[in-house]
Amino acid sequence: MSDITVESEIAGTVWKIEASPGDSLEEEGIIMILESMKMEIPVLAPEDGTLSEVLVSEGDTIREGQPLAKLSRGG
Amino acid sequence: MTRLLIANRGEIACRIIHAARKLGLRTVSVFSEADWELPHVALADQSVCLGPAAARESYLDAERLIAAAKETGCTLVHPGYGFLSENAAFARRCEEAGLTFVGPSADHIELMGDKQNARDAAIAAGVPVLPGSGRLGTDEGEIAEQGRQIGYPLLVKATAGGGGQGMQRVETAEKLLSTVTRTRDFAKRVFGDGSVYLERCLTGARHVEVQVFGLGPRGALHCFERDCSLQRRHQKVIEEAPAPDLPDELRARMTEASRNLATSLGYRGAGTVEYLFEPASGEFFFLEMNTRIQVEHPVTEAITGLDLVAAQLRLALDPDSDPLPSQQDISATGASIEARVYAENPEKRFLPSPGRIDALELPQVEGVTYHSGYVAGNEVTVHYDPMILKVVASGADREAARKRLLEALGGMVLTGVTNNARFLSDLLENEAFVRARFDTGTIAASKAG
Repeated sequence: MSDITVESEIAGTVWKIEASPGDSLEEEGIIMILESMKMEIPVLAPEDGTLSEVLVSEGDTIREGQPLAKLSRGG
Repeated sequence: MTRLLIANRGEIACRIIHAARKLGLRTVSVFSEADWELPHVALADQSVCLGPAAARESYLDAERLIAAAKETGCTLVHPGYGFLSENAAFARRCEEAGLTFVGPSADHIELMGDKQNARDAAIAAGVPVLPGSGRLGTDEGEIAEQGRQIGYPLLVKATAGGGGQGMQRVETAEKLLSTVTRTRDFAKRVFGDGSVYLERCLTGARHVEVQVFGLGPRGALHCFERDCSLQRRHQKVIEEAPAPDLPDELRARMTEASRNLATSLGYRGAGTVEYLFEPASGEFFFLEMNTRIQVEHPVTEAITGLDLVAAQLRLALDPDSDPLPSQQDISATGASIEARVYAENPEKRFLPSPGRIDALELPQVEGVTYHSGYVAGNEVTVHYDPMILKVVASGADREAARKRLLEALGGMVLTGVTNNARFLSDLLENEAFVRARFDTGTIAASKAG
């Protein structure tokens, strides 16, 4: 089972973390919501998997390309 | 000398400062620690630092703004758009503190801030609305029946929502209850009020809005309409006045309905009544009323020759004044189109793209004005709206305005920040725009295809 690192597409802050480690997510399931320039930007699971690790906390400032979470492939 | 505090930032703060100066007012602008280099800071007679970059600790901090106004001897507060402009509590706090809020009464802001109450006010004034459910109860059977009566697709809308937030489309009856629950949870979390209602969903409709200006108990005026159908993520990107291909009879009905609504309320100051217009049936339906000056107000000013911001200030200075000509003396000539240049990436789902502006050069084009909150060297930060500037082109007709806007966008130099200028030019050259055959789903459809 390999891990996928989910990275941030934008700079901003972590507004709300919606999923916890151990949760199984479907493709496009919401992991967390970022806030940038008055917009809420959901971070979605790129494919089906189990969330293995969340690398940031709510309120954190993040930069583009920063790893946000790790997902184990498969449900 | 009367002093005005501008409780906003960027281009609209600059716009308000210019209007205030014309009226001989002293101006005080405000800024956050992230914005100290922005033009609106130096442009005002005086400027006050509100605090840290985060909006809730600066531009959204009502007490800090009121303190800044008091410390600098201001008696007027202009909220601009966004931030606290449609916050009834802020309007009320200003009045309590002895400051004149440049805008409608707190009661009217509150009324229109609740979509269900706004709908009821529209119905009472004889303004057409889409079939809807009224505030939903908790009985699942009843909700399902209301959905059946309205028909699918339909929208689940949060009463406290607005500007596209707190709104979900439901395609089939099976998805109704789960969407109602999700929208309720979202609305409770974001707006602190979980009330929702159902409304018929129109497809292929245009967004047409009417600029109104209320004189309180003395009635209200309209300043014609704008078409703002071209949107991405429920945010407008291109707006124009007049609305193209709108039959005169329909324009007359729409502007009259809007005027009636404002008059029925005894509304004060600038406001916008938004509609969905269905070209196929020739019908229009009330969407919401915005109780503030709009981003796109310059296109209305261009075709009417009015100064809406100065009119807001004049009315605030003297409620018995006539800040605008009488209705029969307000006329529209020519056409005007506005394009919003955003720090965003059209190739990446229009995600915002902050950064430092290395160069910003704006070509001189006849009939074109630029409304920018930034100059070269400024940072477009993650804290605020991604709009960098508005380009407004006017001409004898729509085609003349369109060509001028294209020339301006094409000649503009904007580097350092990923932006949508190229996308805007492409949109203006798109057959759908040229022939005015577009609706609110046009951009999303073009990106999906």
